[in-house]
Amino acid sequence: MSIAEKFYTMEYGAAPEDAKEAVEWLERHHRRFEEFIGGAWVTPLSGEYQTTSDPSTGEVLAEVAKGNTDDVEAAVAAARKAQPAWAALSGHERARYLYALARQVQKHARWLAVLETMDNGKPIRESRDIDIPLVARHFYHHAGWAQLLDQEFPNYTACGVVGQVIPWNFPLLMFAWKVAPALAAGNTVVIKPAKYTPLTALAFAELAMEVGLPPGVLNVLTCDAMTGQALVEHPGIDKVAFTGSTEVGRTIRAATANSPKKLSLELGGKSPFVVFDDADLDSAVEGIVDAIWFNQGQVCCAGSRLLVQERVAETLYAKLRARMETLRVGPPLDKAIDIGAIVSPVQLESIRKMVDAGVAEGARCWQPKNPLPEKGSFYPPTLLTDVHPAATVVQEEIFGPVLVAMTFRTPAEAAELANNTVYGLAASIWSENINVALDLAAQVKAGVVWVNSTNLFDAACGFGGYRESGYGREGGREGMLEYLTPKWLHALPAAPEKAVKLETPDEGEEFAAAGSCGGQETPATAGQETGATSAHSTIDRTVKQYIGGKQARPDSGYSFPVYGRAGELLGEAPLGNRKDIRNAVEAARNATGWAKTSAHNRAQVIYYIAENMMQRRDEIAGRLAAAVGPDPSEAQAAIEVDLSIQRIFSYAAWADKYEGVVHNPPGRNIAIAMNEPVGAIGILAPSEAPLLGLLSLVLPAIAVGNTVVAVPSERYPLVIGDLYQLLDTSDVPGGVVNLVAGRPVELAKTLAEHDGIEAVWCFRSNEEATLVRAASIGNMKQVWTNDGHEYDWFNPAQAEGRWFLQHATQVKNIWAPYGE
Amino acid sequence: MALQPIPSKAPAASNGAHSVQPIPVVLNGRTLEANRRMPLNLDWVDQVRVNTSAVERRAATLVTRRTVKKDTQAAWLLRAIACMDLTTLSGDDSAERVKRLCAKARNPLQRHIVEGLGIEDLHLTVGAVCVYHAFVETAVKALEGSGIPVAAVSAGFPHGLSPLTARLEEIHRSVEAGASEIDIVITRAHVFGGEWQALHDEVAAFKEACGPHAHLKAILGTGDLMTLRNVARASWVAMMAGADFIKTSTGKESVNATLPVSLVMVRSIRDYAERTGRAVGFKPAGGIRTAKQALDWLALMKDELGRPWLEPALFRFGVSGMLGDIERQLEHHLTGHYSATYRHPIA
Repeated sequence: MSIAEKFYTMEYGAAPEDAKEAVEWLERHHRRFEEFIGGAWVTPLSGEYQTTSDPSTGEVLAEVAKGNTDDVEAAVAAARKAQPAWAALSGHERARYLYALARQVQKHARWLAVLETMDNGKPIRESRDIDIPLVARHFYHHAGWAQLLDQEFPNYTACGVVGQVIPWNFPLLMFAWKVAPALAAGNTVVIKPAKYTPLTALAFAELAMEVGLPPGVLNVLTCDAMTGQALVEHPGIDKVAFTGSTEVGRTIRAATANSPKKLSLELGGKSPFVVFDDADLDSAVEGIVDAIWFNQGQVCCAGSRLLVQERVAETLYAKLRARMETLRVGPPLDKAIDIGAIVSPVQLESIRKMVDAGVAEGARCWQPKNPLPEKGSFYPPTLLTDVHPAATVVQEEIFGPVLVAMTFRTPAEAAELANNTVYGLAASIWSENINVALDLAAQVKAGVVWVNSTNLFDAACGFGGYRESGYGREGGREGMLEYLTPKWLHALPAAPEKAVKLETPDEGEEFAAAGSCGGQETPATAGQETGATSAHSTIDRTVKQYIGGKQARPDSGYSFPVYGRAGELLGEAPLGNRKDIRNAVEAARNATGWAKTSAHNRAQVIYYIAENMMQRRDEIAGRLAAAVGPDPSEAQAAIEVDLSIQRIFSYAAWADKYEGVVHNPPGRNIAIAMNEPVGAIGILAPSEAPLLGLLSLVLPAIAVGNTVVAVPSERYPLVIGDLYQLLDTSDVPGGVVNLVAGRPVELAKTLAEHDGIEAVWCFRSNEEATLVRAASIGNMKQVWTNDGHEYDWFNPAQAEGRWFLQHATQVKNIWAPYGE
Repeated sequence: MALQPIPSKAPAASNGAHSVQPIPVVLNGRTLEANRRMPLNLDWVDQVRVNTSAVERRAATLVTRRTVKKDTQAAWLLRAIACMDLTTLSGDDSAERVKRLCAKARNPLQRHIVEGLGIEDLHLTVGAVCVYHAFVETAVKALEGSGIPVAAVSAGFPHGLSPLTARLEEIHRSVEAGASEIDIVITRAHVFGGEWQALHDEVAAFKEACGPHAHLKAILGTGDLMTLRNVARASWVAMMAGADFIKTSTGKESVNATLPVSLVMVRSIRDYAERTGRAVGFKPAGGIRTAKQALDWLALMKDELGRPWLEPALFRFGVSGMLGDIERQLEHHLTGHYSATYRHPIA
């Protein structure tokens, strides 16, 4: 076409980015890459290779090692070997390595961007302007955390060796999000890049060699998913970090259930994009473009569910369709392309199938007329209207450039629809009225909320989800904590392996309960002399379950005897079953007003519990004395009660002090990091200190607004009787604390499986911890355990404070750009 | 009255393979009419919603999402020339200075560049020459036979604060002197005070003073208005009052045409067209000096409003120095080496 003709048509021509450097790099490696283990390129022990392709052409880019379990062994061994020396470096020394890596990324930014686009198919604009600059930013930010580690995390130490598995949608950015905090904290890393997109991770390995990163500190293991599974299951891994689908996240949770490996999961989403009738609609349309047509919609936090206020819905749809006509789909290395290639033919097919199924379910599908390239994996931007919350395309993550749109009438309905999902990663809210926007921001269940913006990221602002979008945060202080562990934790005595076997009425004639320290079984039969003689003094003690602020008979209709250290019968406790748990969870879920109560009011209520406990100190201690030891048990019980009063005071103090922070990300922007309660928490109390241990877990939970269903230890379940009197007289609203006695191991399973429970804290045997972790995968609830140790509940330095409050909260980052 | 399709300047196709059609003025499938005055609809002013930071993000990324290279870039730079109001608005303007400008307007590119690009048949000229009222006659005479219209800044430019009768009189005179386009500046105080009816009356009076043929370009003085919401509201009132173009700046404010301001005005034009079926043109002016900026604005117009707004009938750059940079870029396109300013005739 002549220039004169182009002058007439005024079309965009081709504007390809030069791929020369990246191609030369591939050629230098003869288009074949080994494993990066122990600081060197190592031929895979498997002897096998797999290919990686350019999804925009289908052409093979290179062969990449396909490691097997032997390679996993080698990589983990290299990381283990390197870890002590790496952790022993000063924070400053590690900071210099991270800083050097940040500089290296900046110096080679264009090469990395081009390589990323070739391997992944994302537009070069995105890899050049978003991915790679954020990679550099992440290493800079974490160089800072390494530098400040001793000052800012004085009581923490590295987890050890970290196994990381990352997805293909942001290959190098996810690599940075994983590697930077891990290295800053003193961990060494074995990371598995995605099968489709291994190249930038390998390129980064080369940069790491250039800066002289000590061998074994960073190991890049390319392999298939099965071998990746072997990596996360490897006993030499202390911490697993995964970003990917919720389905695989579930598998990883289940596979690592039998170990106290720390786990952070960043999973799927179906994030709402809410447009109110007073929004700047043209800007909202651009927000939608950035939400769902960023990276071909292959974004875990993509705003894939559009919720529009009815009054402006048709106007917005019309604007959106017009805008979609100007989106350019094509070769991703072209600098003027908006939508590149879908990562693989498999993913393309999956998107097609989901859209077809959506249309079959009644959705109206709209796609612009823009032509697609003839070869390569491309899918047009797509808008599905006439969909309803029940539709599959509304519920499930499509992970492609497909937007589903629905309407709402009122802000309340917007909140309801926004939260009508199993996910909770992100939300975008558009309104020119800050009252409206922040009101919804507070209600939406999501780890990141963008007001009048979308898909903004910064290394200082935590990113991560609620619900089945996973747990743990990446970025900022909270992200660092994922790679740290308290220094005192591993010095604690081991928790028992096996759960206490509690014989109860439906299991046999003879009843028994454990009473000794450490949860070991001390069988004592009802016919024993001591039991018989003490029966008289305990006959008037009826202890029931405490559910929804009321004493409730156990559904089973059974009670079980509780014996003291000396084997004497202390009383009978209700034998809870799954229906008691069901009722207790319902009561806990209905007590949502507690989270909205002001922190000051919560503090008052909690102080009042302490005050009432002081009134009954001697009485409670007197009863407790029979259950605790060693001698003189009266003295120990008194200490436990006194410490309990102090602990309650502590959390009354904390209630209005465990607050969030305000980040200042680039641009005219604030990001408000709010500590929100996790929700309804199930607590399996330790037996080491029946009263103090239970309160040490219940109090931090309720101090920040959670509600709890707590199972007291089998050692002294009668504690319920003392507690509900306290709770009743202290104005604790019904349902905030629910206490269910019974066989902990059985109730633990019910709690862990209950989708109405957002987190389970299990501070008991390893057997129970394993059970809870494995059973938690239904709604991907957060599980917190004693990590195989018995806490010293009598030591306030370890048994209270931020460590507990961190687990009782999740951070929601609300981004609010401003300016007129 | 349906807006006549714009007879686009295009090559007389040498081989007949590409017969060139006029560009119909269409937005999202709807053919638009020329703008004319309508009663002030305050609802539309009230409904203005502009989120500044979101607009800034869009403006910032728009130019990173779009680029044109090689022949396409050359063609786009020629388009910028065709849409150019070549302007001189200095206190020391003289008749000779204006004649020199007009000579450049007739022949914006050196012959070797025209030939090198193979665009002789385009007979490319700038969109208009823009001068003070005092030089309208000079410019009209200097441009005789070229078809290049003369635009006059009028009505107390650049402050727009002389008595209304004097401003209207100045417009009459400019039109009588042969100006076919009149650039006026609105009373910014009406915007600050929310005196929308007064603003509407004022712009409508200017339009009426232009008579049936001259086009009115309403300068909003966006650098004075300060906020993007003010810019949007003023755009709506000016369009309802019958302005043919809305224009950012006089070139005399401390901040002139910016991409965020332009985006807001262009979106207002789009909404107005969707509501009324009428097309309004856009003219960014002041501060646009480079070929790169020209491409940014062209991409903005193409993506936000579409092809019709790349015609001089609906889009103009108000510039004085940009042509020189474009000429240098085009020479670079031909020769592959960078040219120096002094090698190209000044305007």
